[in-house]
Amino acid sequence: MSRVLSLLGKDRFAAVAAVVLALVVLCALFGPPLLGALAVEQNLRAVNLPPLSLDRGWAFVLGSDSLGRSVAARLVVAAGTTMAVAVPAVLLSLVVGSLWGMWAGYHRGWRETVSMRIADVILSFPSLLLAVVVLYVFTPGIANIIAVLAIARIPIYLRTARAEAVELRSRLFVDAARTFGTKDSTIIRRHILPIVAPTLLTVAAVDFCFVMLTESSLSFLGIGIQPPGMSWGLMVAQGRQELRTAWWIAVFPGLAIVLTTVSATVLAAWARIAFDPAQRWRLTVPGARKRSVEPTP
Amino acid sequence: MLAYLRRRVLSSALPLLVVILGVFFLARLTGDPTNLYLPLSATAQQRADFAARNGFDQPVLVQFVDYVGQVVRLDFGESLRTAQPAATAVLRAFPATLQLAGAAMVIAVLAALVVGSLAAYRPNSAADRAASFLSSAASSTPDFWFAIMGVLVFAVWLGWLPTSGTAGAAAWILPVVTLLIRPFGVLVQVVRGAMVTALSAPYVKVARSKGASERQVIFGHALRNAGAPVLTVAGDLAVGLVNGAVVVETIFGWPGIGKLMIDSILQRDFAVLQAAVLVTAVAIFLLNILIDVGYALLDARVRQGAMA
Repeated sequence: MSRVLSLLGKDRFAAVAAVVLALVVLCALFGPPLLGALAVEQNLRAVNLPPLSLDRGWAFVLGSDSLGRSVAARLVVAAGTTMAVAVPAVLLSLVVGSLWGMWAGYHRGWRETVSMRIADVILSFPSLLLAVVVLYVFTPGIANIIAVLAIARIPIYLRTARAEAVELRSRLFVDAARTFGTKDSTIIRRHILPIVAPTLLTVAAVDFCFVMLTESSLSFLGIGIQPPGMSWGLMVAQGRQELRTAWWIAVFPGLAIVLTTVSATVLAAWARIAFDPAQRWRLTVPGARKRSVEPTP
Repeated sequence: MLAYLRRRVLSSALPLLVVILGVFFLARLTGDPTNLYLPLSATAQQRADFAARNGFDQPVLVQFVDYVGQVVRLDFGESLRTAQPAATAVLRAFPATLQLAGAAMVIAVLAALVVGSLAAYRPNSAADRAASFLSSAASSTPDFWFAIMGVLVFAVWLGWLPTSGTAGAAAWILPVVTLLIRPFGVLVQVVRGAMVTALSAPYVKVARSKGASERQVIFGHALRNAGAPVLTVAGDLAVGLVNGAVVVETIFGWPGIGKLMIDSILQRDFAVLQAAVLVTAVAIFLLNILIDVGYALLDARVRQGAMA
């Protein structure tokens, strides 16, 4: 752990990204209980206050919206909603997709064919269209949004895990385990999962951004999180009505989305190198990482 | 070639069938379909009448046969809002989306080919750094927010462009730019990768040694061979463009199929939503076939069935 931290300290971008993500997680954990009341408190004498002024205290440092609610407090509380949707959706698709993919790739045959067909069908269809129909028929609550996002992203892990498992099943150590009479489920758990896991976790980190962006799009379009719930996408939608008079209501939640996704991307790219024993040295030698990216002419 | 196409049509038809089945079962098996079609204020009498008129009181199997017949005839019932056939509303909105998405895709592909080739030709040049910055920015910025920032800066503050509508060339700029930024960001990386590989291939050396100009080497020899992966990714992106079109059309009031979908969701007009989703699914099916044809034209090995 301390080694990871010292590696992180050497890469300025990754360190900043880690701090931003830690802040978002802190907001998501402690924001709703601490600022939940302030975020919904209306104050019709403080409507559309401009940002960056401390006349009304720190709560209104990012201005207020058309009902006089503090934009800063709403941002913090909405971080909780965003995480409450994105984290379970990513975990669900990661677990289901990985297990399914390893199972399909290990057994091959009809199990693989059917699984790959299902993945093709889900992927060949725009995720938003799937969400539109499902969220129309069911009500757009948090659980349904998580389910839609998870189903839409399962194929990503399914394909990755299958490809790796197909390659691993012909390796000598798997053959050896099979000769000893090890059960298939044990081989997958003990011999395939540990090798596939780092790749899948990297995919999950990148996919986290996709899921977050999709959730905010859905909320923005009015088929995701519903008022009085709070989400960054929904806040942008609400600010859109006031764009001419109060630009800050739409700008800050969008910035929050961009900052979070950029940080997650940067940290995922860093983690891919840091957790790969063959590449970790690049982080300790200044400039080595940059040189490695350039192709030799 | 024909055997190849037949195989591709069959495999692309599967998702289409799943969508048609999925919409039916979602609508019928999750309770009373009249709840989907009629407003919440409808009386019990109205619901019963509506159910009888549309055959919702029949057994599921009979309903299914009816439904398939309707889909084949493109008869999706009437819109609750306008009392027009839902298919008419969808087909009227369709060209607007096609124009918008087509313009965005053509510009994105052309720009990505030029910028990506230059980036591959001179690594770490201005074009290379611009390409990698743009593609990482595009993948982490929500398109709805990008569009709203565009409106804020160019329409509200500077007043150069209109905020919405389709009148005049200026109205096209913001929607098309918003829509193309993501496919461009991905494509430029794909072109760059494919071109780096192609430029180090022996045939490029041959072309240079026989005295072909650099421009011809890049755009005539290397780019042609880098075409196949670019086409594959461009096809996937074109399907994904439907997601972007829904957002962009909603923001800019573009009278296309995406705006129609969102409007019919907000006003609970299930007939139109169903028609829009199914027509989009058919369009994606046709697009996939077109991409397969393009793939075969680009690569003789695919044409002759040497590759699956």
